Amino acid sequence: MTSLRGRLFAILLSATGVIWLSAVLWIYVGTRGELEHVLDTRLQEAARMVNSLVASADITAPAAVLPSLSAESSGYERQLSCQIWSLDGRLIARSSSAPDSRLTEAESGFSDRVVDGETWRIYTIANATTGARVMVGDRLGLRDRLVSDLIKGLLAPALLIAPLLALLIWISLGRGLRPLRTMARDVGGRDADDMSPIDPVRAPAEVKPLMQALNGLFAKVEAARRHEREVTAFAAHELRTPLAGLKTQAQIAMSAGDCAVRQGALQQIVLSVDRTTRLVRQLLALAKLDATAEPHAREPVTVGDVFDEIAATAPAPKSDVSVAIEPALRSLTIVASRELLTLALRNLQENAVQHTPSGGTVTWRRAAAGTGIIIEDEGTGIPEDEMPLVTQRFFRGRNRSAIGTGLGLAIADAAVRRMGGQLRLANRRDHGGLEATVQMAPDTRS
Amino acid sequence: MRILVIEDDPVLADGLKVGLGLAGMTVDCVDSCADGRAALATSAFDAVVLDLMLTDGSGLDLLREMRGAGDRTPVLLLTAMDETSDRIRGLDTGADDYLGKPFDLDELGARVRAIARRGLGRASPCLAAAGILLDPAVLSATLHGAPLSLSRREFSVLAALMERPGTVRSKAEIEDRLYGWQEEIESNAVEVHIHHLRAKIGREAIETVRGLGYRIRVTP
Repeated sequence: MTSLRGRLFAILLSATGVIWLSAVLWIYVGTRGELEHVLDTRLQEAARMVNSLVASADITAPAAVLPSLSAESSGYERQLSCQIWSLDGRLIARSSSAPDSRLTEAESGFSDRVVDGETWRIYTIANATTGARVMVGDRLGLRDRLVSDLIKGLLAPALLIAPLLALLIWISLGRGLRPLRTMARDVGGRDADDMSPIDPVRAPAEVKPLMQALNGLFAKVEAARRHEREVTAFAAHELRTPLAGLKTQAQIAMSAGDCAVRQGALQQIVLSVDRTTRLVRQLLALAKLDATAEPHAREPVTVGDVFDEIAATAPAPKSDVSVAIEPALRSLTIVASRELLTLALRNLQENAVQHTPSGGTVTWRRAAAGTGIIIEDEGTGIPEDEMPLVTQRFFRGRNRSAIGTGLGLAIADAAVRRMGGQLRLANRRDHGGLEATVQMAPDTRS
Repeated sequence: MRILVIEDDPVLADGLKVGLGLAGMTVDCVDSCADGRAALATSAFDAVVLDLMLTDGSGLDLLREMRGAGDRTPVLLLTAMDETSDRIRGLDTGADDYLGKPFDLDELGARVRAIARRGLGRASPCLAAAGILLDPAVLSATLHGAPLSLSRREFSVLAALMERPGTVRSKAEIEDRLYGWQEEIESNAVEVHIHHLRAKIGREAIETVRGLGYRIRVTP
């Protein structure tokens, strides 16, 4: 059953019903036992009474006595029947309700017997002095009727009250579950953009955990959406600005009469196209990083192969900055995702080359201990206060390069973290410039 | 006309400098709020072209600061975020115009001329005085209806004088209008331009006020 109200209603109603029926059964059994006892005692009393009557007076016409025995209240009249037999087996007298045949063959005491299709309960007293045997009995059917009347008396009001009770339960459940309905209406009536938390003040304690969980989810969704909006806004800005530059320079090139001006504009266009191409490539890399949630397959990767791939696919680097790779690093093998490692190292190298002045060298080397991969440039480094910000997307600090996109370190950081590693950035103490270390987590598979 | 461009993208900033320069404007470029603040404090500009997203803060904050300090320099906002709500916020913060990237260079030039003109309290796009008519949009000049051939610098000097006919403009003021920071100013450049102008439009048209500067004669 999917309705909480319906389920609670069924449970409450059946529980009430079961308790009621148990009570009725209990009363039935208890009353029946008590009734048997009382009625047996009455049989006994009546038999003794008749016996003493027989003993005190020589009854020759006992019928005169007996009708009084049958003078009972309506509905239950003629409950008791009496027969007086002589010890030698002659019927001396009987009450009007008594059958003609002998009630029991028992000599004395209680006995049950079927007479004329009806079950009788009989008490017999044999009196040797009067020579008479007194039998007093009643029909068991009568006893049953008594008990069933009693039970009916109990059940009739119950059946009347049951619908009323059901109605009360139904209404109370409705009122009790109202906070849930209110919350559902509140959440259901929202705009897609409304991620404000539900007011937890009015909620009962039972609903609060659900409400808190919902609020937690809202907060997460809101944060994710805000992040996405920011990235989209930044991406739009970062793409439209170079486009504006391109268009402006193109218009200058078209309208400029001066050859030098036109040449300058065309050079700016080439520079901007290079930068924009790289920006688009990086945006796609970031989108791919964000989109794939599943962990990348890790395999043993020889770092030298990664550098070969970077060299083969990288756009022509600034020719006047050389990239030196330590032989010890080339032969290093680490367990990582080849794709992510290439992405991280490529972006670190591009970043280093951009910040290294003409004629300088970017150096890749292996960390003295462990499997860290280090790249050093000869640029101006990063001001310490900007150090925590440089891995944020689109952040471009004070020492930015002309063609930087503000994405390189963000991508490298995201890729390394996706592999379970860590990207550490520090300014070089000996020279100016930045030292970036890619530290992979130890392989947990072996 | 001297313009301050606050834009952090080097290619676009270069394009604005060259492009607006071709339209007869003297352009100074800075790439951050801090430099923009310093530039506004030291020089007078006819208009400011302001990018919204700068590395050291939002252009809107700089604009708010300018307006708060009573700076009336016309400002054109240049930004990649050109949603309607962004435009409204920009204009309500005190911008005079708004242009989304990418834009047409000629349109930008026209808009800058328009806000600069309104900043001077003029509605007419052309400048007229002493029988001379200047059209800054196409850098054309006429004297009593006859075309007048002027160099870019000469045009700028004449435009500076004609913006407020009858008012004295100092030599330093005119130099400011002619040269950006990076440009070398020859010590007698203004005198040379005035000399050439007088040769073209008549000696009496430009009056020398000794010790103060120059002014254009109001009555021909």
